[in-house]
Amino acid sequence: MMKQPTVRPAKIRRDTVKARLIVFSILAVLLILCSLFSEYLTPYDPYLQDLSNAKAAPTAQHIFGTDRYGRDMLSRVIVGSRTSIFSTLLLVAVITVIGTVIGVFCGWHGGKIDTVLMRISDMFLAFPGLVFALAVAGVLGGGLHNAIFALAAISWPKYARIARSQTLSQKETPYLRAARLSGSGTVKILAMHILPNIIGPILVTSMLDIGTMMMELAGLSFLGLGAKPPIAEWGSMMSENRALMTTVPWITMAPGLAIFVSVMIFNLLGDTVRDYADPKARGR
Amino acid sequence: MTVGPILRVDNLTKVFTRKGQPPFTAVDHIGFELMPGECLGIIGESGSGKSTAVNMVTRLTDATEGTIILDGEDITHKKGRQLQNAYRKMQMVFQTPTESFDPRHTLGDGIGESLRNFGHCRAEVDRQVAGLLKQCGLPADFAKRYPHQVSGGQCQRAAIARAIAIKPKLLICDEATSALDVTIQKEVLALLRQLRQELSLSILFICHDIALVQQFCDRVLVLYRGSIVEEGIPNEVIRNPRNDYTRRLIDSIL
Repeated sequence: MMKQPTVRPAKIRRDTVKARLIVFSILAVLLILCSLFSEYLTPYDPYLQDLSNAKAAPTAQHIFGTDRYGRDMLSRVIVGSRTSIFSTLLLVAVITVIGTVIGVFCGWHGGKIDTVLMRISDMFLAFPGLVFALAVAGVLGGGLHNAIFALAAISWPKYARIARSQTLSQKETPYLRAARLSGSGTVKILAMHILPNIIGPILVTSMLDIGTMMMELAGLSFLGLGAKPPIAEWGSMMSENRALMTTVPWITMAPGLAIFVSVMIFNLLGDTVRDYADPKARGR
Repeated sequence: MTVGPILRVDNLTKVFTRKGQPPFTAVDHIGFELMPGECLGIIGESGSGKSTAVNMVTRLTDATEGTIILDGEDITHKKGRQLQNAYRKMQMVFQTPTESFDPRHTLGDGIGESLRNFGHCRAEVDRQVAGLLKQCGLPADFAKRYPHQVSGGQCQRAAIARAIAIKPKLLICDEATSALDVTIQKEVLALLRQLRQELSLSILFICHDIALVQQFCDRVLVLYRGSIVEEGIPNEVIRNPRNDYTRRLIDSIL
């Protein structure tokens, strides 16, 4: 029997990757827009207390119910998105830039400085991440800025490693030698030739890291080392109300759900970007 | 007035040292001169030190010992801006055409890079790039293409266009035709021959194919295990090799 001609699987795969990319990008953009314009989207003042209506169950007026001070949970979750999402994006941007700069410098320069910096990064990589972040945040004291700093301190080595190995692989290519013969100086070669060629895998890693970092930041806040009450932040909101988990579960569920959904969206987006950037997945 | 050599190399030596291994001498005290307008071939088997030698001449690798004098100027220890200025007089065509262009840049960007670095404005660079492409037998719209979008032969033509962009006196071809098939090889050689005449270029032609050297070069050096074992006019070397290795090299081809 003859085999039925079919559409090439690579093409199908490519099309679905593209569709996924569009869907998840839209969702991520919506999430970011929501956090940008959070104060216009809240139905109630997220900091307004109404003790007569505390711990109210979800109703049409208060979809997620109210917390023990009678504050509207939906409004708090929406306002909390700004703290959670923006600090995560800031954190990822910072570690991407710092890691890339250090990695490219090490890969390009080599020698003793490279060895020293890479051993330092090995030291950071040897610690269990969150435990080390806890220690750093503990020493520096709580607060969102310190939490971001603590997480940045433990997360840059991954990026430095990638950037360094990528730089090393580009360093001896004929086109870099050609660029040097064309009279381009080191700075120009790094900025115009090396960076554009190594940035792909780095960006994919940082996309995949958004979800992880969001969880870790919320985790630190949950443990009281991140955002401080009354600032609305998902991790600290869960922590604030955890004593009431058995009696009024919706108060903890609302920020939990928000974390779950946004981490999921960013992770799926990261996965899709990775698939999209992978040339092996590309149809010819 | 006597005219000096465009390139003079004395005692050029490269020793690779690695931890735990005896030092390896890739190039062993070689010296040669290249007169203006001359085409000098260097042949030898893989690992004979040809590429290491040109890498030292172009200062992409530092020499362990020896001097490199380009157009009367010692460039052995030049760095940074001074070295960049030396590249105005010396350019190179690489073995692998596609890989010698940045995959993220268009061919036009690559060809114009040296022009921009040496102070030409954008519009002027675009105009010159179009002219250079034409001179090398490519349509002007190739400036907008990426290296993976053109064939190896076309890419090598673009690489030659890049090499002659700043009007160098010396062109170094490091196995420039080795990665191409025979018919394209012939075309690229014809192009080099034509450019050599038009621009009165001096050429250092590195190759492992003695037949090509015979067609193309005025003089040939035979490199074996880092040393020059024979030097002469290609036809004479082929007809009457004095060195055992040269004889074997010729026997293996002809």
